[in-house]
Amino acid sequence: MTLIRREGVVEDPWTFVEDGAPLPKGASVIVTLERWQTDSNALLAHDGRLGVRLKSDQTADAIADALAKFDLVALEFPTFKDGRAYSTARLLRERHGFTGELRAVGNVLRDQLFFMLRCGFDAFALPDHAMSEAWLEAFGEISVVYQPTADGRPPIATFRR
Amino acid sequence: MYQYDEYDHTLVRERVAQFRGQVARRLKGELTEDEFRPIRLMNGLYLQLHAYMLRIAVPYGTLSSTQMRMLAHIARKYDKGYGHFTTRQNIQFNWPKLEDVPDILADLASVEMHAIQTSGNCIRNVTADQYAGVAADEIEDPRIYAEIIRQWSTLHPEFSFLPRKFKVAVTGSDHDRAAVRVHDIGLHIRRNTKGEVGFEVLVGGGLGRTPVIAETIRKFLPKRDLLSYLEAILRVYNQLGRRDKLLKARIKILVQSVGAERFAEMVEAEWEHLRDGALVLPAEEVERIRAFFAPPAYETLDVNQPAFEAARFEDRAFAEWCRTNLAPHKTPGYGIVNISLKGIGEAPGDATAEQMELVADLAERYSFDEVRVTHEQNLVLPHVKLTDVHAIWQALKPAGLATPNLGLVTDMITCPGLDFCNLANARSIPIAQRIGKCFENLDRQYNIGELKIKISGCINACGHHHVGHIGILGVDKKGEEFYQITLGGNAEEDSSIGQIVGPAFAYDEVVGAVETLVETYLLERRNGERFLDTYRRVGIAPFKERLYDAH
Repeated sequence: MTLIRREGVVEDPWTFVEDGAPLPKGASVIVTLERWQTDSNALLAHDGRLGVRLKSDQTADAIADALAKFDLVALEFPTFKDGRAYSTARLLRERHGFTGELRAVGNVLRDQLFFMLRCGFDAFALPDHAMSEAWLEAFGEISVVYQPTADGRPPIATFRR
Repeated sequence: MYQYDEYDHTLVRERVAQFRGQVARRLKGELTEDEFRPIRLMNGLYLQLHAYMLRIAVPYGTLSSTQMRMLAHIARKYDKGYGHFTTRQNIQFNWPKLEDVPDILADLASVEMHAIQTSGNCIRNVTADQYAGVAADEIEDPRIYAEIIRQWSTLHPEFSFLPRKFKVAVTGSDHDRAAVRVHDIGLHIRRNTKGEVGFEVLVGGGLGRTPVIAETIRKFLPKRDLLSYLEAILRVYNQLGRRDKLLKARIKILVQSVGAERFAEMVEAEWEHLRDGALVLPAEEVERIRAFFAPPAYETLDVNQPAFEAARFEDRAFAEWCRTNLAPHKTPGYGIVNISLKGIGEAPGDATAEQMELVADLAERYSFDEVRVTHEQNLVLPHVKLTDVHAIWQALKPAGLATPNLGLVTDMITCPGLDFCNLANARSIPIAQRIGKCFENLDRQYNIGELKIKISGCINACGHHHVGHIGILGVDKKGEEFYQITLGGNAEEDSSIGQIVGPAFAYDEVVGAVETLVETYLLERRNGERFLDTYRRVGIAPFKERLYDAH
């Protein structure tokens, strides 16, 4: 697993912890929504940073009230064709004001990077390090956009006025 | 017409460069066909039975002469010298080579065209009334809003991986020529009681395996709210549309499962968050786009044009063509010329490079440089002086483009079918060609009057058979082509889905069956009723009786 951000390939400081497994002391941990929902007290007592991972059918509303507790939200793409996480990402950023790391995990492909960035994702978990160079190229492929979205890029309409 | 500025140009050029890179990665083997598939589909490139097929967007069916000439150039240089105009006002080329596609897209970009979002599970090319801007009964030109939607939907990051494809159509007249009721979203421009202009919003229409007429979820949407409301609909659909089964994934299934009323509530709830946000459409932006579609500099002319009347009087063939193919224009002394791409024995919707160039020349000379593509797979010269109509007809005739059959029985919508498409179960084009030959006699066609036959080669219904007055659907029965016939469908403002008349017919029986249906209509017809009116009055029984007694 390789983690990529706009600045390049980075060391991943986060650990995904399976349901039921103990939380490593002091570590930055990502847990499932189910674990958060059943075991929030224990998680809040954890002495490290907390992140939560949503499946594609789990909505932003499920964590909206607790968002301040999380430094990271990971959204799953079970297949690149499942585009629900794009809506979830925008809702987290634009409606619920989430400013922590928004990470795309699962079937995350270079050719979807543009859309993910635009919806507010800022970290991408790649299955394979070899792809990272091509990924970095993809960041700049399209320089103009029509829609106002979570990435804050000014849409074309603002230049025309 | 809309004209790209530097930003539109940049986006399309960058898109070409991106795809060039993707094709190079594919050709080098860095991408498997599985990985490449979603990428090429984002750029309108399908893999069909024999070759790749490239579908090029013609936004709301409007083309300039320059653009039409470029399509001719592409047909000649990269294809086999012809192209196919589709029911979504687009054009398809059936034989491009993968390595040529980036060059084709670059050629298109040079004339402000692209193939973005002509396939894939995204918001597809937005369609509109082919008589936009020239119809007498129009409230406003639907292309203004279609262009605004085109820009908003282009590479929309949230809605590029929807559960399924998504089609939007806009019409500006009471009489709906854009079939908005069989689209995922139909926008019908309306004037409210205060005299303000906005949109009736219809959702969940569509054809395919489950044909559905769209339901109105909002009677009047102000213009300022157009994009925020669309975003709300799409967001609800993106989150809740079914992704477990392809056949259940269109928005119509979602709307049906929760009910239109509940669906409207969900949209309104989402919209509450969006309505005063960044997507508010400023009046200045509407006016800026409207200016691109301003009426051309028409001359002030008399309604009566003696030279035109004389030509009609003297030339019977010309008069016949005018009768069907010339439509009234909102400006006195002008007409709307329809060019039929349904020549008898030809493949419906096909045009050769030479025909495209001729139409481009005529548009430049006589129609303020503008051509339209219709969802019924014909072409239109929208702004023609009546005194020029005869010259146009004379130029069209030797090119095989003066078929006087618009709206008649031989003006059929037909999908490419098994001759090209890998989804098809049966051939469509040869069926259309045989029906054309059978009804070739013009007097017979006039006697039959308005009759819309629509033919699909499979249940995906690209040939709109559900909304044909007579619909023909190709099915596969143990490896043999059979054709199911439906009656009473209609795509206009009083939309209806056709009813299956009975057991399907073998390939060789279809034309005979259509003839029997037409004869039944002629027997039952009262006071100049259209086929559809007779059917609606007498029902399916007499048709069924004659059809199956005779066989």
